[in-house]
This record gives sequence, C-alpha cells and structure tokens, in this order.
Amino acid sequence: MTGRASVGAAAGLVFRRDLTLAWRRWDEVAQPLIFYVVVTTLFPLATTPDLNQLRTISGGVVWVAALLASLLALEALFRSDVEDGTMEQWVMTGQPLGWLLLAKVASHWVLTGLPLVVMSPIVGTALGLPFAAWGTLMLSLLLGTATLSVLGGIGAALTVGVRRGSVLLSLLVLPLAMPLLIFGSRAVGLVMDGESPSGPLQLLAAIFFLSLSLGPVAMSAAIRISVES
Amino acid sequence: MWTWFHKFASPPHAYRLLGRLAPWLGWPALGLILLATWWGLVKAPADYQQGDAFRILYVHAPSAWMSMFIYVVMAVAAAVGLIWRIKLAHAAAAASAPIGASFTFLALATGSIWGKPMWGTWWVWDARLTSELILLFLYLGYMALRSSFDDPQRADRASAVLAIVGVINVPIIHYSVEWWTTLHQPASVTKIDKPSIHIEMLIPLFIMIVGFQLYYGWALSRRLRGEILQRERNATWLTKTA
Amino acid sequence: MLPDGARLAAREINAWRGDRHILRDVSFDVRSGEFLKITGPNGVGKTTLLRVVCGLLPAESGEVSWRDRPVQGASDEFHAEMAYLGHLNSLKADLTARENLRFLAGLRQALSDSDVDAALDRVGILSRGDLPARSLSAGQKRRLALARLLLSGAALWILDEPVTNLDTAGIALVEDLIREHVERGGLALAAAHQRLLDDAPMLRRLELQ
Repeated sequence: MTGRASVGAAAGLVFRRDLTLAWRRWDEVAQPLIFYVVVTTLFPLATTPDLNQLRTISGGVVWVAALLASLLALEALFRSDVEDGTMEQWVMTGQPLGWLLLAKVASHWVLTGLPLVVMSPIVGTALGLPFAAWGTLMLSLLLGTATLSVLGGIGAALTVGVRRGSVLLSLLVLPLAMPLLIFGSRAVGLVMDGESPSGPLQLLAAIFFLSLSLGPVAMSAAIRISVES
Repeated sequence: MWTWFHKFASPPHAYRLLGRLAPWLGWPALGLILLATWWGLVKAPADYQQGDAFRILYVHAPSAWMSMFIYVVMAVAAAVGLIWRIKLAHAAAAASAPIGASFTFLALATGSIWGKPMWGTWWVWDARLTSELILLFLYLGYMALRSSFDDPQRADRASAVLAIVGVINVPIIHYSVEWWTTLHQPASVTKIDKPSIHIEMLIPLFIMIVGFQLYYGWALSRRLRGEILQRERNATWLTKTA
Repeated sequence: MLPDGARLAAREINAWRGDRHILRDVSFDVRSGEFLKITGPNGVGKTTLLRVVCGLLPAESGEVSWRDRPVQGASDEFHAEMAYLGHLNSLKADLTARENLRFLAGLRQALSDSDVDAALDRVGILSRGDLPARSLSAGQKRRLALARLLLSGAALWILDEPVTNLDTAGIALVEDLIREHVERGGLALAAAHQRLLDDAPMLRRLELQ
C-alpha cells in the first residue's frame, strides 16, 4: 500500500464505480429516458396534433417532462448503497463525504441528465420546436438538469431511509425546482420570439453554482442522518 | 448567559414558562385582532377604486406576511437545533410548521376571494398568490418529511436540513415568480393590488400584524407544550408534575 | 507502520434507541496492543455502542476520544485511522470481489493490484477474485469484507460480530487477523457472543448488562 488516497482519487473511484455498475444494469439506466419520451407524447394526445399550437408550449412541455424524468431517476440514487451498507462505509473513509456524494451525483447526471439533454431536440422537434431554439433548449436543460441532480440529491439523501420515499421526494424537490422551470422554459420562449435568452440562462447558471457550493454540505448532513438507523 | 440559555431550554423549565406566558400572548392577540377587524371593516374609509372589496386586505396582507415570517423563524429554529443540538429549538420548528401552513392557506383563500370582485375569477396567476402557493407546498413537504420518520430525533434533523435548504430557496422562488408574472401579464392588471395607501388604512393593517404575531406566539407556546409532553413522556420530571 | 501509544476512550456514554435508554454510563479504554471484546445478551446494546464509537449514532451524552482528543468535531481524522465491519458486508452484488475492494478500500488507500491480491489471498478467496459478489457464499462474502479491513490501513478495528457466517477455519482466520493486527501495535474492538481469542493475553472484556 502506498499511502492515503487523495480526495480527487477517491471521488474519481466513486464516479467510475457508478458508471461500471450502470454498465452492468443498462436497462435500468434507460428507463428514465423512455419515460421522458412517453410523457412528451402525452401532450399532443391530450391537446392537439396541430404543430402550430403545440409550438407555443413545446419549451414548457419538454422542460416539465425532463424535470419529472430526472426526479424519477433520482429516487433510487442512494437507496442500494444505504441498504447494503456501502454508504456507512463512505461516511467513515476519512475523506470529505460531500465530495464523494457530489461525484456520485455527477455520475448519475452523466447517466440520466445528459441523455435527456441530448434527446431533447428530437422530442422538441416532434412538438414543433424550431431549429433555432435547439441550442437554447439544450443549454438550459444542461444547467437545469445538473442543478436538479444536486437538489434531488439532497431530497434523495433525506428520504432514503423513510417509508413512501418516492412520492415524498417529488413533494420535497418539485417546489424547490420551480425557479429552474420558470427560467428554463422562459429562455426557450424568448428565443422563439426572436429575443435574447441570455438573461434567464445567466440566472440558471447562477442557481447552478449556488447549488454546487451548498449542495454537498446539505447532502452529507442528510446522509449522516439516513445511515443512523 | 450560556448556562442561563441551557436552563431556559431545559424541558421542565420551558414547559412551565410557556404555560405562564400563554395567557399574556393569547388575550392581547384576541383583543388586537378584534380591534383591527372593527377598524378595517367599519372605521377605515372605502377605497376609491375598489370600494369595500379591498377590506379583505386587512386579513390577506398580514397573513401573507406571517406565512413568510414563520417560515424564516422555523428555519432559524431548525438551524439552531442542528448546530447547537438544542431539542427545544427543533420542537419549536416542528410546532411552527402547521401554524405557518395555516397562515399560508388563509393568505391563499383570502387572495382568491379578493380576486373574484377584482379580476372576475377565483384564481389568477398573480405573483403573490403563486409565491404563496409554492410556499404552501414547501410547508406541506416539510410536514410530510417529519411525519415519515418514526424516530423524532432523526425527524428533527432531517427536517431541519430541508427547512434550511428551503429558506435559501424562498427568495429565489419569490424573485423567479415575480419575474415570470411581469413577463406574462399586462401591467394594467398588476397595478390594481397596489392602491394608494391612506394612513387610515395603514393603522389597522399594523394592528392586525401585531395581533397575528401575538397569536402566533400564543399558538406556538401551546403547541410547544404539547411537543414537550410528547417528547418527554418518559422523563422523571413529568411523572412528578403529574 | 502503526504508531504506538494510540488510545481510544469512551466516557460515560448514554444512548437511547427510540424510547429505550439502552446504554447507561458506559466507559472503557483500549490502548494499542489491546483487544477489547464486548459481550452481553442480545439487545443489550453492543451494536449501538459500536455505532456510537464510530460516530454513526449520536450519543445522548458522554464523549469518545481518540489519541486523547474528542472525536466530535474531528471525525474525518478519526475515521481515517479506523475501520468498521458491521452486520452488513458493504458489498456490491454486481461487482467482482476485486472490484469491490478497489472501489471501497481504494477510497482510503492508494492500492495496487498486488495489494488487492495479497488481501484476497490472506482471507483465502484469491481464486474467487473475478467472480461477482452475488455468486459468493455467505462465508466468502464475510471473508471479502475482512479483506477490506486488511486494506484499510487503519490502526483501530471495530468489528460487529465478525465471525457471523464463518466456519471453523474462518473463525480461526478472524482470530489470527486480530492477533496479528494487535501484535503490530493496532487496537481492536469487537462485539461477539461466540468464543473469540478468549485465552489470548491481549484480550480485555467489557460486559454489558
């Protein structure tokens, strides 16, 4: 043995471990993405197939669907690690727990958030979203899903040890995520009206950095409570 | 100072103190709320633009104000409980949540009733009402999280983390909703809820806010006593008192 | 490798589980070169005590100190020097035995392949190294968890019923591992109701009632 592992090496291991595990269970990883596509299909069926009408709500629909799909995936974020005792070992590695959890959230985002972002232009086009809005939609979702992963990580850490955890997680996280929805879908709306979306995008970026700086603290506090039982 | 604080925060001491305090908060609260109601409904002049309908403002605005105030108090109490491990602070946060949620609900209900004569519908996606609605969701989430833990101490600390995350988010939510409504609504509609405030109108508003504050203090001390009884049901000081 | 003079002390620990006051004024002391065995009937609070010492459970009152400094507020430094083996083996069923060690013990220590193989060999499951943990037997899983302990580089071992699911050879292995660790200057703390190093000179007992 060559001595203590650095924080960066430990976080890297957590990140790689989760990608390895996901690779062996890729069918579970694909579920939120399928859910995302299914939900966006509901809106034309419930309203109208007319693309001109759908276009006006396309940004919002894509955003709502992405929000719900991310939340669905977040529910299981910490569950298996808490149940098999891995999490209590993470608490006691002597490494800062917040960094390990952030690495875990990051790998989770790569597996669920990023595919949603990549898929969004296709889903948007089916709802009449113009090509000109693709970039803004993807950029807003990039920031939005990343922030949501951190917010949802806090919620998942709080609810991992309780009954009825999945509904509760949505109840806790959705109100906190509403500013993301407002700024994100508004950015798409602005660009479709031919205006600059930079204002709401900057606000999204600001919220992202805020959550990045405070999220690990809240997540590690929540996880310490959850491994107590 | 510190030892005094711990003595105050000890359950038996707090229980007796809150019991003695409650009537000094409850009766003035009742008096002030009645006074403000009379002043607002009878004495204050009608609004030149909205007529008598505006009088619901005397309930709506103070309860909206209280709903925010109590959320902040709750988060501060939760943070104190988390950092200094003071159980009484956790209990105060837990006891505040239903009171805060009630004020939020009252603000939403009165806002909706006010909306009918003003806008012709029971619900308008106006900035203040939308913020209140999201705040109600935050309260409900907090209470749902608390109730899903069996162990009260884990419930205390988990809900404290949530309250702190929530209170950091409240200004962001508030700002985003304000921003959202200004983009979507024509300015003429939003102007209505800012009538030229007459000094005659302001006095009952302030009396009502003070009344509500005292009512909160009374309700909190009553609920806090209940919380203490619940948490300390096995403690020796309680069996002696009973 | 292990610094001498390390001391773990618990002073008047009180802890509750729900409505039960389960630990009342429990105190103990372990120094480097000693093995403390915690005994007592089921439900007496052995696991609770170990989890309080680890910092996983908050105590109502009392203090745990390591190297004469309170653990509270310096938990990362303390955790870096201790390893815990709980009821759960903390294994991922989808990862192989080798990967399990790399991804968990690797968070603490920088490990080479030969380190991992040496640990697997020491606990007698080297030939199972590339099997997913799900296809190991209960005893082999426990052995894998012991291998993690060997790779932790920790001075203090805290073991909760370490011989669960182990056969006679496995119990002898645990006794050897603890003895070697303690003779190198380490400290060990174990809750057990079976025989475990009962005649060894380094043994001290704490009976919970």
